[in-house]
Amino acid sequence: MTRRGKRRLQALTLGMLGLGVATALALTAFRDNIVFFYSPSDVIADHINPGRSIRLGGMVEKDSVKRQGDVTEFRVTDTSRTIGVTYRGQLPDLFREGQGVVTEGTLSPDGNFIAREVLAKHDEKYMPPEVASALKRAGEQTHATSTLVEKP
Amino acid sequence: MTTARIPLLHRYANPAVFGRLASQVLPWTTGAAILLLALGLYFALFSSPPDYQQGNSVRIMYVHVPAAIMSEVVYGMMAAAAAAGIIWKHALADLFVKAAAPLGAAFTFICLVAGSLWGKPMWGAWWVWDARLTSELILFFLYLGYLALVDAFDDPQRGLKAGAILVLVGVVDLPIIKFSVDWWNTLHQPASLMTMAGPKVDPSMLLPLILMIGGFTAFFITVVMLRLESELLARRIRAWRTAAGDE
Repeated sequence: MTRRGKRRLQALTLGMLGLGVATALALTAFRDNIVFFYSPSDVIADHINPGRSIRLGGMVEKDSVKRQGDVTEFRVTDTSRTIGVTYRGQLPDLFREGQGVVTEGTLSPDGNFIAREVLAKHDEKYMPPEVASALKRAGEQTHATSTLVEKP
Repeated sequence: MTTARIPLLHRYANPAVFGRLASQVLPWTTGAAILLLALGLYFALFSSPPDYQQGNSVRIMYVHVPAAIMSEVVYGMMAAAAAAGIIWKHALADLFVKAAAPLGAAFTFICLVAGSLWGKPMWGAWWVWDARLTSELILFFLYLGYLALVDAFDDPQRGLKAGAILVLVGVVDLPIIKFSVDWWNTLHQPASLMTMAGPKVDPSMLLPLILMIGGFTAFFITVVMLRLESELLARRIRAWRTAAGDE
């Protein structure tokens, strides 16, 4: 390599390194604003004010869904903390117990979450129904929880 | 530096050698693209099972995922070529960046549209501003920015250089897209293919997906070579014109 080529390579490497570090710092600083939703543990630990609009995400707890007319009540959990949610409106097709969900709304003073919008979160597993039922028979959990459980 | 290491790079960076290589490789990649896409689409649409949760909507994945992979791989290749163009002043490397950009933009667009069509029935929303979707949208804007910048100069050489720098600056977006689903809470699900524990896709669904990824790749190689050849010809015409105008 020519000497000028070497110098350009060094300049480029340094430039990219600087860019990388700057980006990493910016992303770390804005971490709280980049997350799409808070887990129940986040909401409880951060003492989020009632009335502030946030997104709460987690798993719909098993046997927690109650429907009365167009009002649905369910609990969202990250396995360590759980928050009750009330929602009026139509639910997405993938809304199921044991499945991921992201709700947007506000905390009421009693600690309940009043949702304006409910989005279903799909997991990363793809399989035909027969495989899923075979796994269920074998006692394996088919719904991925890994991504919604508190990260260590 | 010994002469034994550079010649290989120099040899393929030579337009005449590239032309010969392209005419040898093109029939094969064209055939592979047609065959793989036809087979892949047949398996994706007719000969693969519906998903246990998503039903038939899972078939959108066979277009969305290959397009998403290509949107990142093409940008990565463009960034490598842009770096080579800046460091070694290889004309072919700069022209490759220009030849690949519209293809990358198209892959990104397909990825975003297919994802949106899947998101509405599955999530309940066409679009959300989570980290994965937003960073992929930024990638689309980077492609569009490059395409606008590269033709914005009277001297094409300056356009290529400015574009190469833009592509290199934008490369920070690639790890952000890839790892966004691991670093932050997102609505988008985490990786299904490239995970530590192996693919989380059933073999019956993995087959059409891999065929489609192969088809998209062969399609890209074919079209990028054709575009690179026409860029080289356009450059030669420009050179002749200037030479004729000078006399």
